[in-house]
Amino acid sequence: MKWARAAAIVFLLAVSAMCLLANVIAPASYAHQFRDDPNASPSRQHLLGTDDLGRDRFARLLYGTRVSLLLAPAAALLTSLLAAFIGGTAGFVGGWVERCVMAGTDLFLSLPWLFLLITVRALLPLNVSPMVSVLITFAMLGCLGWAGAARIICADARALAQSDFILRARASGSDGFRLLWRHLMPNLKPVLYAQFWISVPVFILTEANLGILGLGVAEPLPSWGSLLRELESFSTTSAQVWQLVPLILFIFVVSSFHLVLTKEELPV
Amino acid sequence: MKKFLAFSILSIALGSNGLLAQTGGELHFCLRSEPKTLNPLMAADDASETIRYLTGGVLVRVNRLTQDLEPELATSWKVTNGGKTITFQLRDGLRFSDGTPFSADDVAYTMQQLMDPALHSPTGDAFRSSDGKVETQVLPKDRIRITFPAPIAGLDRLFDQVAIMSAKSPQKEIAVLGPYYVGENKAGSYLILKRNPNYWEKDPAGRPLPYIESVRLDIQQNRDIEMLRLTRGEIHFINSLDAEYFDKVVAQDPSMAHDAGASLDSEEMWFNQVASAPLPSYKKAWFTSTNFRRAISESINREDIARIVFRGHARPAVGPVSPANKFWFNAKLQAHPFDQKSALQMLAQDGFRLQDNVLRDHDGHAVEFSVITNSGNKYRERMATMIQQDLSGIGIKLNVVTLDFPSLIERITQTFDYEACLLGLVNDELDPNAQMTVWLSSADSHQWNPSQKTPATTWEAEIDKLMRAQASTLDPKKRKEDFDKVQEIAWQQEPFIYLVNKNALSAVSPAVHNAHPVVLRPQVYWNIDQLSLTSEVARNR
Repeated sequence: MKWARAAAIVFLLAVSAMCLLANVIAPASYAHQFRDDPNASPSRQHLLGTDDLGRDRFARLLYGTRVSLLLAPAAALLTSLLAAFIGGTAGFVGGWVERCVMAGTDLFLSLPWLFLLITVRALLPLNVSPMVSVLITFAMLGCLGWAGAARIICADARALAQSDFILRARASGSDGFRLLWRHLMPNLKPVLYAQFWISVPVFILTEANLGILGLGVAEPLPSWGSLLRELESFSTTSAQVWQLVPLILFIFVVSSFHLVLTKEELPV
Repeated sequence: MKKFLAFSILSIALGSNGLLAQTGGELHFCLRSEPKTLNPLMAADDASETIRYLTGGVLVRVNRLTQDLEPELATSWKVTNGGKTITFQLRDGLRFSDGTPFSADDVAYTMQQLMDPALHSPTGDAFRSSDGKVETQVLPKDRIRITFPAPIAGLDRLFDQVAIMSAKSPQKEIAVLGPYYVGENKAGSYLILKRNPNYWEKDPAGRPLPYIESVRLDIQQNRDIEMLRLTRGEIHFINSLDAEYFDKVVAQDPSMAHDAGASLDSEEMWFNQVASAPLPSYKKAWFTSTNFRRAISESINREDIARIVFRGHARPAVGPVSPANKFWFNAKLQAHPFDQKSALQMLAQDGFRLQDNVLRDHDGHAVEFSVITNSGNKYRERMATMIQQDLSGIGIKLNVVTLDFPSLIERITQTFDYEACLLGLVNDELDPNAQMTVWLSSADSHQWNPSQKTPATTWEAEIDKLMRAQASTLDPKKRKEDFDKVQEIAWQQEPFIYLVNKNALSAVSPAVHNAHPVVLRPQVYWNIDQLSLTSEVARNR
């Protein structure tokens, strides 16, 4: 499966490069409404046609992919760091601290995520630009997604804390923060790395779900969520197969993220 | 030979009027949810209202095509005593679906139930003009007089919604006087309405109505599946379609698609003018300025919204009354034109100026505000996005925010923590009294600034005066004059920036005869007793 991993990496790099060069590649602004040409079929001017408001679909796909591909890893990084801090500390300290933290984690996991996100979204200030809104959306995802990963990291940290090399480090006089930072955390890297790569597609999907509910990234900024919303009504889409391009790209990107992980890196 | 010829001519004449319609068969269509009640006095949701319309016998009926009031169970009626009293002459010899005879006592019983405060009938709310008892007096010769404690404008038309119930039938609300009765109710799945054998109306040839033997109502929330079932011939019509599905029907079979023109429903936007709202004072000053609101209105290209968002199945809105409302619409008014030059001139009068493509007020604040709308409604989201681009043309930055419906309602009714809102108004009533709760400054639904103790502006005080004046007279001409003035004030001040009136769109299978979809609800089956199915379909069902 090495070739599949390599292909996935190449594919992700190519997509990322295209998105970063969106300003150059895109034939028009993602927000500009060609009002005389709504719902246009693919043409030389509009490679993927135009959407309901006459906006160039190709430009929106490039910018939307950029938003999702840049911010989903950022949110995944935030989640991984929070999970490392909370889970790592709980597992390392153990005892009543671990029990309290894990009880809190269980409580967090039992919260209805979607409703929580909808509620938090409703409480946010209204007068924010689309870019700030997208940052808030992904920051929310990052802040709310740590609990599952924290449980895994806690279990790993607990096992490591009882391992021989930690005992030796303690015997050598290393303790507290130094022990956690210098000896424990580096050994948690593989599992953190795996958690990061798993979180990326999860956040992309979550944003897409929020977008489908109309609660994702604010107009006119595109994201995969808003692009996939066009597929809500399959009966009207069937005649316009080019509308499926964002979905196909989305499937390939999410699959690629999963292929990037080697078998050893996948958490049990 | 002469007899044969005469018969042939008669057949052709009757046939051309649809009078020799095929009888029998089962009509199929979908309800989008299960009816919450089968009690006609408690109907408030669409599904329950559908059942009420198909089964309920009413004293008078608004003809959905002509918008005139027509006799049903009552052959005539008279409003007297300054709009407080109405006297009905009832048809004699009628029976409920279970055979129970119909009399004035049933009307008295229905009114007693309707006005019972313990029942909280939504239909009864329209009759509650003031505190006091509603008196019913059964008169000789099948007459009944109903007296209300205070005058009610448009009293007779309100009886279109009142399905008469039997005082004596052991079947209670299942015994009906309408064309059908509920024969089977499989909760969450379907209802079957069967032809009322005692229905009073007959066609010109003397044949009993309705023609169709039964109606099957399948509960189906998914519109895609509803569309598929229509194209497969499993259902016979879709009463109300949105523009996207309508175009799909047109593409598949244009003969099935019916666009009845602008409906009574409107889409509008308004600014928060509540004095206590948690907004900066300079924004409150913008929103309470008539020039600002007019300028925003003239910067919005309504034609584009109608053409692009609603695919041409909408028309730019003029004001609170749709042109579909034939009597009450003020024909002197026109939709506000798209004129950004004029908009900038109006803004300049209030000290706004355009600097480097950014509009600034006289204190230098860049003009930026948010508009909230309910998430999941793609038409409203698209309208907001188009308005966003339109307003950028005069240097205004508009932030579009979609919120879940409960959060949105909380903001516009309780916290008033919003700047502008884009929503729609579903309007079923033709009479302006139905809009009292919107236009009176003291009303809860006076959305831009609700529940005012005293009118905040002179024009709102004027609207209060005119709305009360039109409600207190029975003279239709005087009422029309007063309400025309209300529409003119609303047009000038624009507390609501009316955007478009959506068209009434429906799809009807060619298997259904005599269907003439209209703009008033129920668009397709308003003449249910006149509908018939083709002989082939009628035989197969």
